[in-house]
Amino acid sequence: MNYLMAVFSIVKKDVLMEWRSKEAVNSMLVFALLVTVVFSFIFEPGSETKNEVVGGIFWIAVIFSGLLGLGKSMVSEVQGGNLEALLLSPVDRSAVFFGKFLSNLLFMLFMEAVLVPLFTVFYDVNIVARPKVILVIFLATYGFCLLGTLFSLISVRTKTREIMLPLMLLPVMVPVILGAILSTNVFIGGFPAENAGNWITLIASFDVVFTAVIFAIFGLIIEE
Amino acid sequence: MTLRKAEKVFDVLALIAVPAGLWFAFMYAPMEVRMGAVQKIFYFHVASAWIGFFAFFVTFLMSIMLLFTKNYLYDDIAEASAGVGVIFCTIVIVTGPLWARPTWGVYWTWDPRLTSTLILWFVYISYIMLRKFIDDPDRRAKFSAALGIVGFIDVPIVFLSIRWWRTIHPNVVQPGGGGLHPGMRTAMFVCLGVFTVLYICMMIKKLRLIRLERRVRSLEG
Repeated sequence: MNYLMAVFSIVKKDVLMEWRSKEAVNSMLVFALLVTVVFSFIFEPGSETKNEVVGGIFWIAVIFSGLLGLGKSMVSEVQGGNLEALLLSPVDRSAVFFGKFLSNLLFMLFMEAVLVPLFTVFYDVNIVARPKVILVIFLATYGFCLLGTLFSLISVRTKTREIMLPLMLLPVMVPVILGAILSTNVFIGGFPAENAGNWITLIASFDVVFTAVIFAIFGLIIEE
Repeated sequence: MTLRKAEKVFDVLALIAVPAGLWFAFMYAPMEVRMGAVQKIFYFHVASAWIGFFAFFVTFLMSIMLLFTKNYLYDDIAEASAGVGVIFCTIVIVTGPLWARPTWGVYWTWDPRLTSTLILWFVYISYIMLRKFIDDPDRRAKFSAALGIVGFIDVPIVFLSIRWWRTIHPNVVQPGGGGLHPGMRTAMFVCLGVFTVLYICMMIKKLRLIRLERRVRSLEG
């Protein structure tokens, strides 16, 4: 079985499982919605400062519900020893990683697609004011899922299970979180798109660098 | 037991170096005109920052070495260096605000260097925690190597992102002038040397401790 086929089969398995149970996406969505509502108490309803914070709230909702989803997706792999079975299979181990990564990415993008209209409802702000925001959302979610999948794989095998995931992931994600919030704010505030150019390049470079790093070292990390 | 011999040598060296460093910082270096005595913290602050970054770089290198050679010695060095690095990094983060309050008027500012150091500190705190939470030595070595590599590669990206973030916002405080008095420069480099000796000294002690722990565990099991 070649590399891409292996990646695709894992994605297919995860999507099928999610389609039947809807556990991960539903819990992520409810949590993201909760964050959206609870954090609206930061400012007065209809206040002008809204446009400056709404991008931040969006990304906080995405990141925290993403942490929830990543933990959930890995715990279900470990239960019943499925992860061990996958890693024993005669394919490149990084194919297993990229399969899990892609399915996590799919679920998160789906969650974001539902979340964006909800922001229009609750905050009267169109997050996707310009098409370029979709690029920002995609690139930032890519970076988040990339290291998130790696660290959730690690943290699920520690004594404390999911607790280590945010502790490892959040500091490393700082450039992506910062870039995503600030470039989203540029578009929401209607500032010239050039202001977000550097950030988009930064997040894209982050994605490229760490895709390469993980591709290089993953097979060496998981060996048993 | 060459490690034991080295420990003795560096104990003696540290015993001589630390008072010498103090003398250079407090007596030899001239008193700063505007800041006064509070500027003396600079010598220890800069030296610990330098050693802290160096320690994390060692962890990064050793993590790569471990993954490619599977020699646990590299894992032990990586662990020891991360532990010592966090100590120096903590010194940086504590001495910085102590100096900043009388000089800049605030304890903390979201300056790229300050913020990156803080993020770095978080990365290696989680590195140490991760090691504590994994029992299997093989898994611990490889997983923490992954964090050691990813965390260090991330440092320049974090620094760049925070620098851009700050240029968008107005700069509230500007760090003082760039020129350094020759006497101060000498004291700074002496302190750097002293802290390097301290780093090696602590590394040897920590490494010996880790090796002993490994032996105890293998004898128990």
